[in-house]
Amino acid sequence: MCLGIPGRVQEVYEARGTRMAVADFGGVTKTVCLAYVPEVGVGDYTIVHAGFAITRLDEASAVETLRMFAELGMLESELGQDEPVP
Amino acid sequence: MKYLDEFQDPVLAGRLFAEIDAAVTRPWALMEVCGGQTHSIMRNGIDQLLPDTVELIHGPGCPVCVTPLEMIERALEIASRPDVVFCSFGDMLRVPGRDRDLFGVKASGGDVRIVYSPLDAVAVAEAEPDRQVVFFGVGFETTAPANAMAVVQARDRGLANFSMLVSHVLVPPAIEAILSSPTSRVNGFLAAGHVCSVMGTGQYEPLADRYHVPIVVTGFEPLDVLDGIRRCILQLEEGRGEVENAYARAVQVGGNPVAKAVLAEVFEVCDRSWRGIGLIPGSGWRLTPAFADFDAERRFDVGDLTAEEPTECRAGEVLQGMIKPDQCEWFGTTCTPRTPMGATMVSSEGACAAYHQYRRVDTPVSVRRG
Ligand code: SF4
Repeated sequence: MCLGIPGRVQEVYEARGTRMAVADFGGVTKTVCLAYVPEVGVGDYTIVHAGFAITRLDEASAVETLRMFAELGMLESELGQDEPVP
Repeated sequence: MKYLDEFQDPVLAGRLFAEIDAAVTRPWALMEVCGGQTHSIMRNGIDQLLPDTVELIHGPGCPVCVTPLEMIERALEIASRPDVVFCSFGDMLRVPGRDRDLFGVKASGGDVRIVYSPLDAVAVAEAEPDRQVVFFGVGFETTAPANAMAVVQARDRGLANFSMLVSHVLVPPAIEAILSSPTSRVNGFLAAGHVCSVMGTGQYEPLADRYHVPIVVTGFEPLDVLDGIRRCILQLEEGRGEVENAYARAVQVGGNPVAKAVLAEVFEVCDRSWRGIGLIPGSGWRLTPAFADFDAERRFDVGDLTAEEPTECRAGEVLQGMIKPDQCEWFGTTCTPRTPMGATMVSSEGACAAYHQYRRVDTPVSVRRG
């Protein structure tokens, strides 16, 4: 119950004045309440707890973090053997 | 799926392990607060791949595990009433009370229903106006926005037959309780990422300052956990004790302002007992007076029910990092996920269950060292 799952918003609709969505969780789709994330729209990734989206996953930060990981150990020379992460 | 696979990349995991190896000069004990992180650490064998000098202590961050026995007894009492439909997240059904669990109540005719979202319970109340529908509102700051919205919707729809048995717990007071305990061995914390997605990171600044301890906001994928450990170790080795965000893609400094506004309307801080730990002042949420009509404890008058914790189970020591689950004499023999003696074995997010599931003869290792 407490594990948050990342899902991708496929469809947004209104139900009795509340913003709802159908979100895809790696092949399984579920109904998600978007009341707390007005900025989230179709195509966005979001973290869902107990049927509620609680935050938008920020793509730029994700890319930046992965780039930082990829650059770790650069100074210790082993770079070039592994594919860089976009 | 995007932002999932990338954060499980074994090559990058190797880089992070190498960075941690290079940074450590002496022993450190870090606590991952959240059960979701404990699960990720066990599933990926991260604790076994870290240098021996880095010890992970599994914290109290599983709401199923810390819900006190007296609250379970209240739930059982209410769920047994013939006029009640008792709705709960599935994890709570197997939590042992004194002599039964919610499954037992269901088996003997109680109307106990598993819901995925608290809004499902509101829908039941609307569809069955002649029944009293009670939702078991447990969890940390992560499930609280969902539970708060259920109460708001019940009010807005005028549902007089909906109420909530609230047993919410809060992370920062638990961290402070651990820090101020004379037996604590914890040098640094991996704070629960999604709790901070809701509440922001500001609540941890006074704790980091007062106890001079690193608190690194950490996500749940293997690379997230490793980066949290790496940053925590770097701070410790450099003598820093600061709040740092290692989960920027999901956590803003201010948290989720919309959710915080609703939470402030629906819940207020109260003292709360934690199973295995005891009373922690200011560590819970209850409904504000404005929503008192939706409080199941008032509606059903079971407020003064008390219950003693079973003495054999050592979940309290596990939850405080004093022993590892497999050091408990009942672990894996008398106590298993099918026959749990304590709540840390019941929930898949609990430390005992995570050890039982993943710590077999051959530990599965899905990330490798560089
Ligand atoms: S193994 Fe079972 S009895 Fe031992 S501490 Fe864990 S839950 Fe309690």
